[in-house]
Amino acid sequence: MTDTELRVSKIEDGTVIDHIAGGQALNVLAILGIDGGSGEEVSVGMNVPSDRLGRKDIVKVEGRELSQNEVDVLSLIAPAATINIVRGFDVVEKHRVTRPQTVGGVLSCPNANCISTGDEPIESRFDVLEEGVRCTYCGTIIRDSIAAHISVE
Amino acid sequence: MRHDHLISAKQLSRGDIDAVLDRAAEIAADPGAVTGAHADTLLGLLFFEPSTRTKMSFDAAMKRLGGDTVDMGSVDSSSVKKGESLADTVRVIEGYADALVLRHPSEGSAKLASEFVDIPVVNAGDGAGQHPSQTLLDMYTIRENAGLDDLTIGIMGDLKYGRTVHSLAHALTNFDVSQHFISPESLRLPRGVRYDLHEAGAQVREHTGIEDVIETLDVLYVTRIQRERFPDENEYRQVAGEYRIDAGLLEAANDELTVMHPLPRVDEIAPGVDETRYATYFEQAHNGIPVRMALLDEML
Repeated sequence: MTDTELRVSKIEDGTVIDHIAGGQALNVLAILGIDGGSGEEVSVGMNVPSDRLGRKDIVKVEGRELSQNEVDVLSLIAPAATINIVRGFDVVEKHRVTRPQTVGGVLSCPNANCISTGDEPIESRFDVLEEGVRCTYCGTIIRDSIAAHISVE
Repeated sequence: MRHDHLISAKQLSRGDIDAVLDRAAEIAADPGAVTGAHADTLLGLLFFEPSTRTKMSFDAAMKRLGGDTVDMGSVDSSSVKKGESLADTVRVIEGYADALVLRHPSEGSAKLASEFVDIPVVNAGDGAGQHPSQTLLDMYTIRENAGLDDLTIGIMGDLKYGRTVHSLAHALTNFDVSQHFISPESLRLPRGVRYDLHEAGAQVREHTGIEDVIETLDVLYVTRIQRERFPDENEYRQVAGEYRIDAGLLEAANDELTVMHPLPRVDEIAPGVDETRYATYFEQAHNGIPVRMALLDEML
């Protein structure tokens, strides 16, 4: 994408999450727990043209470098995403998301009878399967619409 | 058995199962040999749901090994009533007992308990999840009556919510067993269980009628279809009536058929079956003692 096509400005220091499937940007922010409440500057582009994806979303978070663990959970809803760490307007690191073995505290179990949905001092935990995720506690499998089960505090 | 806890039948290898069943056979043959084997051991019984067989047989098994039990009592008389979390309850009881037997209405409760204590936890039923100690006594009964290899079994009734079914089906994947699952469409095996069976290399053969397979079975494992799973009484009666075993149906069965049921039954096995050579469910319930003695002996 050239500068003339940019719909959101470059950031000086922070993280750019690129190549998110069109329409998933807000779910990406939810999965990362970014709601603007802690003052980060966040820019979101949705359904912008992309050679690779046709249409893509892009998220820029100023002043915060996301760790590999944080972004790995994105693979559940944005498997093609690329992560660019920016310092002084330059991309200093660029990597793809990789699928983690488990994700904790990000999703809530859809089984209302699962102990993880009760008032216990634990966070939800899911094993990542080839297709979908599985609750470590009750074994419920989520295959479709994983984003619908994102746990937003 | 090398496990610290018994949470799910999925953790049991063929070697684990054989070890408990062999030990149970030794104990059944000579119960006096283990009297006093676990003197001074206290087993904590935490039953958040009603139980007769499981609770009493763990209680009896521990006492027959020379130990004793401490019982949380009913939920109504415990601090759970005051809103205490399960995590807190088990951490408190950990200080009173050497091992815990837990039954709880939520799936995953035994796993949670095992994460908060350092003493062995035995899952005695977690909601519609697992009931692995029942599975061990079921496997013992099957082995005693029909053998555990080159076996064809039909598992019938509430396969969706039946925790004994979920545990048994998985444990059987360790053996050369052909499994048939017979249920109404609405009570089929849940996706997670079918996934596990597939991963274990088992073929899931599902049927809506027992008539399709009755003559091929060596073992028929019947479970109760629970009234509360249906929106109205009429629908329940219609479905339950179609999954009822009686002497007429058994005329088509193999002469050596073993009919099992984890009990309690309501009317899914007609009383007339009790007097036939097929009925094995009371023997099955009695096997809870040597098998749970063997399990505790292996774990403690």
